Amino acid sequence: MPEKIFKVNQKEYILPGNRSCQGCGLALAYRYILKALRENTIMTIPASCLTVLHGLYPITSVTVPALNCTFASTAASASGLVAGLAAQNRTEMTVVAMAGDGGTYDIGIQALSGAAERGTDFIYVCYDNEGYMNTGTQRSSATPMGALTTTTPVLTKQQNKKDMMKIMEAHDIPYLATASPSYPIDLYDKFVKAKRIKGTRYIQISAPCPPGWGFAPKDTVKIGRLAVETGMVVLYEIEDGKFRFTGRSKTLAEKGNRAPLIQYVEKQERFRKMNIEQLARLQKWVDGKWNEYLRRAEE
Amino acid sequence: MSAVQILTGNQAAATAVKLCDVQVISAYPITPSTSLTEMLAEWIEKGELKAEYVRVESEHSVMTVCVSASSVGARVFTSTSSHGLLYMHEQLHWAAGSRLPIVTCVINRGVGAPWSIFNDQQDSISQRDTGWIQIYCRDNQEILDSVIQAYRIAEEVYCPVMVCYDGFVLSHTMMPVEIPEAEKVKNFLPPYKPHTILSPEEPLNINPVILPTQRRDAQGVLRDGYMEFRWKLQHALEGSRDVIVEVNRQFADLFGRDHGGMLWGYRTDDAEVYLVGIGSLATEATMAADMLREEGIHAGVVGIRVYRPFPREEIRNVLKNAPAIVIFEKDISYGYEGALSADVKAALYGTGISAPVHNYIAGLGGRDVKAAELAEAVRSSLAAVAGGVMERQTWLNCVTE
Repeated sequence: MPEKIFKVNQKEYILPGNRSCQGCGLALAYRYILKALRENTIMTIPASCLTVLHGLYPITSVTVPALNCTFASTAASASGLVAGLAAQNRTEMTVVAMAGDGGTYDIGIQALSGAAERGTDFIYVCYDNEGYMNTGTQRSSATPMGALTTTTPVLTKQQNKKDMMKIMEAHDIPYLATASPSYPIDLYDKFVKAKRIKGTRYIQISAPCPPGWGFAPKDTVKIGRLAVETGMVVLYEIEDGKFRFTGRSKTLAEKGNRAPLIQYVEKQERFRKMNIEQLARLQKWVDGKWNEYLRRAEE
Repeated sequence: MSAVQILTGNQAAATAVKLCDVQVISAYPITPSTSLTEMLAEWIEKGELKAEYVRVESEHSVMTVCVSASSVGARVFTSTSSHGLLYMHEQLHWAAGSRLPIVTCVINRGVGAPWSIFNDQQDSISQRDTGWIQIYCRDNQEILDSVIQAYRIAEEVYCPVMVCYDGFVLSHTMMPVEIPEAEKVKNFLPPYKPHTILSPEEPLNINPVILPTQRRDAQGVLRDGYMEFRWKLQHALEGSRDVIVEVNRQFADLFGRDHGGMLWGYRTDDAEVYLVGIGSLATEATMAADMLREEGIHAGVVGIRVYRPFPREEIRNVLKNAPAIVIFEKDISYGYEGALSADVKAALYGTGISAPVHNYIAGLGGRDVKAAELAEAVRSSLAAVAGGVMERQTWLNCVTE
């Protein structure tokens, strides 16, 4: 729906020039996230690629207030912001915590689970680049099976990606969504909606990473699209327990024309050691998840 | 009107928190600190204390909540013990590095492995190098008064403060405590003014990555590198001594109780042997000193009230004529000696004070320490000193063979 692009906030919150890598999927997503959230937003971010994007003291590339926090503490840091602001009756602010997959699926999961269980009034954003990219592409629990990382350098990762959305949904929070920078309007709309909802909101963004995944920086949007076309990434939202496909995934679900996974896998260096058997297993995993979503969409 | 109540140490601390109009409290259960934060939770739920209470899932998150709530300008409080404090370790550094005036009660307890719920001071002493001010209390009145003083100190020097007191020995022991009038406390403790306000009106990126060297900002102004920030923290802690002493003096003028700024002395004027300690162990030492004096040994006691910043000058001053020094402490810097002993000796270096220093490690994991045992240790040390033994480390009342 290209006409929707005119509804997007024209103001920029990321200044020209930042330290993210060329073709960074996170940077593309972050621009739209901040546009959707607009003013009265306070960010808290752990050590991650986003810290790098925000810049080195005393210069920053971002015009929203941000509090850096330690790796394991992102959601707790948001909880402190919410409590500190509430204690001073400054309730007009939207508190947003944003961490990578390592900071969310792994080291930050305890604090995140605690904050979600308490119903903390904040938006938690996980930008999922499927590994510890800031420290040089180590394996995380979000790395897909068959991917080479610097800590699975020979045999590739043997386990499937953790289903973080399911874990977060189990906290009975009012809003969850997935998004991709390759579909910025879908992403933008989800943040506009999330901002209006009270309580814990969780948005997980698939963030293609050229150096970590092994593709040319010019292909970020293309790789992000292929992820959705193949069902490796599925665009959806769960509002008050109701599952709904969105954007391109909605069309794919309606038409049933999902592309085979090989089209996504073959374009990335990280999958170069993947064997046929692993590819079949990953395809089966993707199909299984897809069928589960189809069932849920019919409920 | 002030009133006297019979309170445990934890109740005294909670009462002080209430008097200080703390705005955000976060806590995680751990013995023996729990009853303090339970009391605060009850007051908040009954509407007797207007504050946000964040019941997080770990101590790591506790200190994180304190850091971020303090960053947006709220006065915050927590308490913990032992492993809870150790689990906060990363965030203790972060709080001090952020220069936030967080006040934390540490109810001292031994650390594992193996598990011990009983008192010693290994937990807070091992957090010595995190950039926090550490105040140690002798009794429940001092706990209440020190929490109030801690906010004044913290908010003046922008450094976090631990108010430490011995688990069970003080935390669960009832004593008469004078409760100051709320209005008087308000006058003593002005509202918290944060050094930086994190708000959308003036967007800042707080605590980003910083380089080793100084760097120019967008306006061309040369800004600090990492080391300048570290020096400023050190400078603030060193400078906080004057503030601690002055706050204690003002508190004494207003409330009539003087706990000694950096340290306190007991019968030190004509002492031939100085017993040095921290917290309730130092109180025990005063009883030992009385016993020794009854037998004609002129013993005096020096109680360390503030361990960081270390009372370097005060120690030099009080021990300048000391014929012998005996240090008792409930901690051990493994592979060396008691942390206090090492610090006292370092403070004496180069001053010409060449008194023998004997170090006793005592009461670890709640092992009972009686005044008579301390007195006996002093007698034994004096005999050894007479025989020329300048340095000695002894584990008191412990099988060491």
